[in-house]
Amino acid sequence: MSELAVDVHGLVKRFGNKIAVNGVDIQLPSGQVWGFLGPNGSGKTTTIRMICGLLNIDAGEGQCLGYDISRHARDIRRLTGYMTQKFSFWNELSIRENLDFVARLYQLPQRRQRVDNTLEKLGLSQRQKQLAGELSGGWKQRLALAAVTMHQPKLLLLDEPTAGVDPQARRDFWDEIHHLSRAGLTVLVSTHYMDEAERCDRIVYLAHGNLITQGTVAQIIADAKLFTYKAHDDGVRFAIEKLKAQPAVAHAAYFGAALHVSGYEQAALLAAIQTVTSNISWQQVDPSLEDVFIALMNKAGNDQRAYQ
Amino acid sequence: MSSVSASFMASVARLLAIANKELIQMRRDRMTFAMMLGVPLMQLMLFGYAINTDPKHLPTAVITEEQSPVVRSILSALEHSDYYQLRYSLTDHAEGERLLAEGKVSFVVTIPSGFTHQLIKGERPQLLIEADASDPSASSNAVNRAQTMIDSALRHELKGGLAELSAQASPVELIVHRRYNPEGLTQYNIVPGLLGVIITMTMVMITGMAMTREVEQGTLENLLAMPAKPLEVMIGKICPYIAVGAVQTCIILLAAHYLFAVPFIGSMTLLISAVALFIVANLALGFTFSTIAKSQMQAMQLTFFFFLPSLLLSGFMFPFRGMPVWAQYLGEVLPLTHFLRIVRGVMLKGAQLNTVKFELLAITAFILVVGLVAVSRYKRTLD
Repeated sequence: MSELAVDVHGLVKRFGNKIAVNGVDIQLPSGQVWGFLGPNGSGKTTTIRMICGLLNIDAGEGQCLGYDISRHARDIRRLTGYMTQKFSFWNELSIRENLDFVARLYQLPQRRQRVDNTLEKLGLSQRQKQLAGELSGGWKQRLALAAVTMHQPKLLLLDEPTAGVDPQARRDFWDEIHHLSRAGLTVLVSTHYMDEAERCDRIVYLAHGNLITQGTVAQIIADAKLFTYKAHDDGVRFAIEKLKAQPAVAHAAYFGAALHVSGYEQAALLAAIQTVTSNISWQQVDPSLEDVFIALMNKAGNDQRAYQ
Repeated sequence: MSSVSASFMASVARLLAIANKELIQMRRDRMTFAMMLGVPLMQLMLFGYAINTDPKHLPTAVITEEQSPVVRSILSALEHSDYYQLRYSLTDHAEGERLLAEGKVSFVVTIPSGFTHQLIKGERPQLLIEADASDPSASSNAVNRAQTMIDSALRHELKGGLAELSAQASPVELIVHRRYNPEGLTQYNIVPGLLGVIITMTMVMITGMAMTREVEQGTLENLLAMPAKPLEVMIGKICPYIAVGAVQTCIILLAAHYLFAVPFIGSMTLLISAVALFIVANLALGFTFSTIAKSQMQAMQLTFFFFLPSLLLSGFMFPFRGMPVWAQYLGEVLPLTHFLRIVRGVMLKGAQLNTVKFELLAITAFILVVGLVAVSRYKRTLD
């Protein structure tokens, strides 16, 4: 089944004078996991909300799960699980009551059984009477994921699901996403974490409301045509400002203790780093996804969208 | 010494920084700002001119069983006092009774046949004033001054040989019937009214806050993403509070009976139906407020913005008839005004459905208008 779960063209959303999303196309095939990346305020959340009918679109068209996004939002919502960026279940309800409420809204058959199974899978059967507001960040995310998948949606929209969650919980969360994807679910997930982006089938990169690039991780790295050199030496710390001032250097950024310096022209880049830091040894490396994104962000420049 | 003053100055500097931050936030919250500056001014003008504890021009029906210059003189004295406005001239007592029960008149003045004859003979004829005392404060001034007005009218009329009549204590015996509340107890008026006031206050506030809480906590986005229609959300959110209102009603009615000994002479079924309608009206309004307010704080402010005129212009605190006509029109818009007429009518006067049907219709109209606004404002998207 390779038909498109999401097929939208030229989506535009304005808030007052500000253009939040400026003509975004997404063709997401069923069963794939796509990552939605871009700096804060680039329009990721707005695009997701338009796809599931929570925002009216100002221009553009498309379908989601075979339904027109501007006319059949209700049908889309029934088949979609949407996990909001901020925990949006009811703090004053217990874990069980939250799940039960969701099950009732979707009119799921054998509700009790369904809720029991969900609690079991989550490993929260013992704590089902605890209030959702008392859960830690990681557990809240797991509860939210369980709640939005309980009605067995065909499409899952996750808006920065792992923000503020510890590394182990993030890994568990992604294992679950891949598990759901193997069961046939289509997933669109926004994130700021590169390791998460690399676990996606495909990446869509937005900046300032525009779609900048999309493709597999390997494609995006190759398309960037970037050259990167890496150095570990202590001396690099004192040279970073000088390196950034070189026109051949697209950007210089730390990766842990190592400094990555990237540019678009290999010869010029090498010449530049050797003149500035003659006593430091550099080593050429494959650009990482993050190197590429920093370059993309710099290319996109300042936000030109009008404010106020 | 200098270190103490330096630390004091630092403290002042931090304090000023916080005050400045507070001012900026205050200014950004337009609604709160308007509420703080505009609303007090508006309310000052509104209530300052509208409230009058000495109501005049109270509608009066007159039953005159005979016509004579003396009778005409008495009636015109009542009219000129500004307290009584003679609106109906009747021949039938039953008709007077009906007007009083419906609240169309505050007084029925009866001048019996043979009045003039008895007066001239110095037999102190009786003149009957039946006052609607369900709101004792509304009628007391008019009643208290009636004797003086009549006496001074007669002093003009009874001249020459009859002058000695007016020299007596009073040539006329004024009989006052305080109907529905013979002892003029204010709690007969206040306690049933409180039923309406308490329902207005709590129902509007609770629903207003319940919906804005979903917005504030971000759970509305989740609710909208799940399959629930606006009308379902609205009715679903309102229903539990109808039960709260029912409990409140029970408590107040029990207290009215056992603690305040307020009489209940009308139909309980009619009252319960009216209460139910009134609760729905207030819940619908609260829901509408929640579609306007951006935070629970703003919902609270809107509630007070509505509550104050409800308290002051509905006839709860001050006599409705004492207000200028424009303020009475404003009062007619408030559901509490109509509810007060129903609850006082049913409990104290034994009013029937037919008597209060217009008040019920007015509340129904309020529900329809406010409900329409609520449904049209409730958004199924986050725009």
